Amino acid sequence: MIDAFHLARIQFGFTVAFHITFPAFSIGLASYLMVLEGLWLRTGRTVYLDLFRYWIKIFSIGFAMGVVSGLVMSYQFGTNWSQFSDKAGPVVGPVMAYEVLTAFFLEAGFLGVMLFGMERVGRKLHFFATCMVAAGTFMSAFWILSVNSWMQTPAGFGIGADGRMFPTDYWQIVFNPSVFVRVPHMVLASYLIVAFIVAGVAAWHLLRGRGTPAVRTMFSMAMWMAAIVTPLQIGMGDLHGLNTLEHQPMKVAAMEGNWDRSGTEGAPLILFGLPNMKTERTDYRIEIPHLSSLILTHSWNGQVPGLKEVPAADRPFAPAVFWTFRVMVGLGFLMFAVGLLSLVARWRQTLFSSRWLHRLVLVMSPAPIVAMLCGWMTTEIGRQPYTVYGVLRTADSVSPIALPGIATSLVVFVVVYFIVFGAGTLVMLRMMAKPPVAGQEGLDPGLPIRSAGIHPGLAGDVPQGSGGVSPLRGGATS
Amino acid sequence: MSAETIATIWAGLIAFAVLAYVVLDGFDLGVGILFAAERGPQDRDTMVNSVAPVWDGNETWLVLGGGGLFGVFPLAYAVIMPALYPAILGMLFGLIFRGVAFELRFRAHSERGRRLWDVAFFGGSLVAALCQGLTLGGLLQGIRVVDRQYAGGWFDWLTPFTVLCGIAVVVGYTWLGACWLIWRTDGALQRRARRQATVLGWAMLGLIVAVSLWTPFLNPMFMTRWFGWPGILLTSPVPILVALVAGGFALSIRRKHHLTPFLCALAIFTLCFAGLGISFYPLMVPPDITIWQAAAPRASQMFVLVGAAVLIPLILCYSGFSYWVFRGKVQPGAHYH
Repeated sequence: MIDAFHLARIQFGFTVAFHITFPAFSIGLASYLMVLEGLWLRTGRTVYLDLFRYWIKIFSIGFAMGVVSGLVMSYQFGTNWSQFSDKAGPVVGPVMAYEVLTAFFLEAGFLGVMLFGMERVGRKLHFFATCMVAAGTFMSAFWILSVNSWMQTPAGFGIGADGRMFPTDYWQIVFNPSVFVRVPHMVLASYLIVAFIVAGVAAWHLLRGRGTPAVRTMFSMAMWMAAIVTPLQIGMGDLHGLNTLEHQPMKVAAMEGNWDRSGTEGAPLILFGLPNMKTERTDYRIEIPHLSSLILTHSWNGQVPGLKEVPAADRPFAPAVFWTFRVMVGLGFLMFAVGLLSLVARWRQTLFSSRWLHRLVLVMSPAPIVAMLCGWMTTEIGRQPYTVYGVLRTADSVSPIALPGIATSLVVFVVVYFIVFGAGTLVMLRMMAKPPVAGQEGLDPGLPIRSAGIHPGLAGDVPQGSGGVSPLRGGATS
Repeated sequence: MSAETIATIWAGLIAFAVLAYVVLDGFDLGVGILFAAERGPQDRDTMVNSVAPVWDGNETWLVLGGGGLFGVFPLAYAVIMPALYPAILGMLFGLIFRGVAFELRFRAHSERGRRLWDVAFFGGSLVAALCQGLTLGGLLQGIRVVDRQYAGGWFDWLTPFTVLCGIAVVVGYTWLGACWLIWRTDGALQRRARRQATVLGWAMLGLIVAVSLWTPFLNPMFMTRWFGWPGILLTSPVPILVALVAGGFALSIRRKHHLTPFLCALAIFTLCFAGLGISFYPLMVPPDITIWQAAAPRASQMFVLVGAAVLIPLILCYSGFSYWVFRGKVQPGAHYH
């Protein structure tokens, strides 16, 4: 049965899934660019500058796609979820306003300087701009995840007689119970996304015999990230699970495929199965005794919640939660394995020559994106049937827009997103297919370059701090 | 501060954000619309490069307008968005094409691909401008609200008046874009921009008169505000100033000034915006919802106001810095990319 309500949900899910991929990439890549430029300034090794120039072009496209798809999100709350906006807006709206004020402007204000201004402001100020963009992406992640966490674990608010929420304590709203696990989990995810994409690009070039110093450097850096961050991320995921068990037990029950609250004998971990919402059981289950109790309560016989503890109307759609969770965890452990293998290869000094490792890394390079999207589906579908967990139902959040309006806009969204973001992604992949060039002239050798020595600004507009020699041109090739 | 005072301050801040958006992204979008008149690939590159380093920051004011409305006037946000649903979505789609075309037209592998992205850049700019005008018109003519929710169909906003507003905003943005190009380019491109700005300036003036004469008939409150006593004391300076600035604009074009036409265009936009403010106050969503009815609780508004008081001046500083870094004439072939 498809009605306006379900189409509104599909539309939000579709637009947010497209959107989140780009900022997740930008958050990690902005930090990577900051590290690259910092290393270049510190060591003077041009290989870092080459890598910086290579990735900043890709960054600029990913960032633009994040901006425009994010603009859509900031209006979707009103167009499709106007009741949510009216009722919960007084609590979450101000937090989002802080995202705009502290993050979006910071990114946008310094992005121009970061992308185009190296020749105009000099190295130090340019590095400052890069740092500001990176800080902006990080702050943006914090605020929007704070909003999402509040919707998962609401705190610091009251409900008026008219059903509208009002804030009582912004400290509790912003630093609600799940923000401390969600923010690091997502930031680490975006680091992994970038680590595996950078590694995948390097592996592609290594496999084609283009093991230039720049390619080797980025492969090594990315593999260090994979080896260090994956175990951290698994630990963070465990903490996140414990937090969810405490605050959103039904989500955990759906993740585990548990229908009955376990007794004193401990709950098994259902590795695979098919939760059936009608018969209220999980079919075809393969289980490991006691493991669920052990993971969730860190004790052999700990109690684990079951979906039957709440009425059927209050349960999330368990099959989706159950399976997306397994895909995420499965990919997480595969990434962990890649990290370990890279350590072994490094120890045996075959990091740059081991073709099977490069093939494996290439195949695994989209894995963190898939894992992130699956993780988001787990947590968002697991929050259902609420928008604000336990407080406001999704059905009571929707806009009074009739079916044809939502259906038309959904079709346009799907068509436009696939065309625009498909084309953008294709361009990014094409750029990645070319190796970084050593000591290249200008920011982009593929484009017509202005006549040498002429700055785009007014006469006498000499860049400061670089002694009149622009670091991207003269400095890089000398 | 009382809740009423804070809500009034916020209404002013949101209005400021919207005005900042209108004039800043206005010239960006206008430059995009002027793509239709410029065929040469090099001139087009120069036009895009004149706005490439700043468009993203300009567009952020729109996010502040939307996000701010959500945070401090959630009822207005919850009513306006569904009521003007197709116009808002049209604007977003337009901005998507425009924003991505900025990056991708430089990366196109073939001449055909580049032309396609040029069409996307022009079309996206045009659609976004048109939809913003439609949104303005739809808001001016009023939104039917029952029980805190929009009560109407999804094309109720489409009337001759909203279409007129749509055209006015398209012409106005194109005019701003032409004035921007007079300032930031030189040579043949600048000469053409000057001719375009002259024609567009007169068209804009005509449209301002048309919209201004029509608006008082939409709502009796607008009528008494503009022509009743003592309202006329406040309202009469607006058209007089518009006429004076228009005269200054014509003079600056004749004398071939570089920056003055753009400043005059900014002044006209600000005056029109002030006129709209006079019509609206104290309404947030005509005909029924006032600023204070739409306002979030005092605690919500205060929480953001504290931050905004520090952050908005800071934002203005570093945004201004970014404009300063990229000052001066854009040289043909000067690729920032």
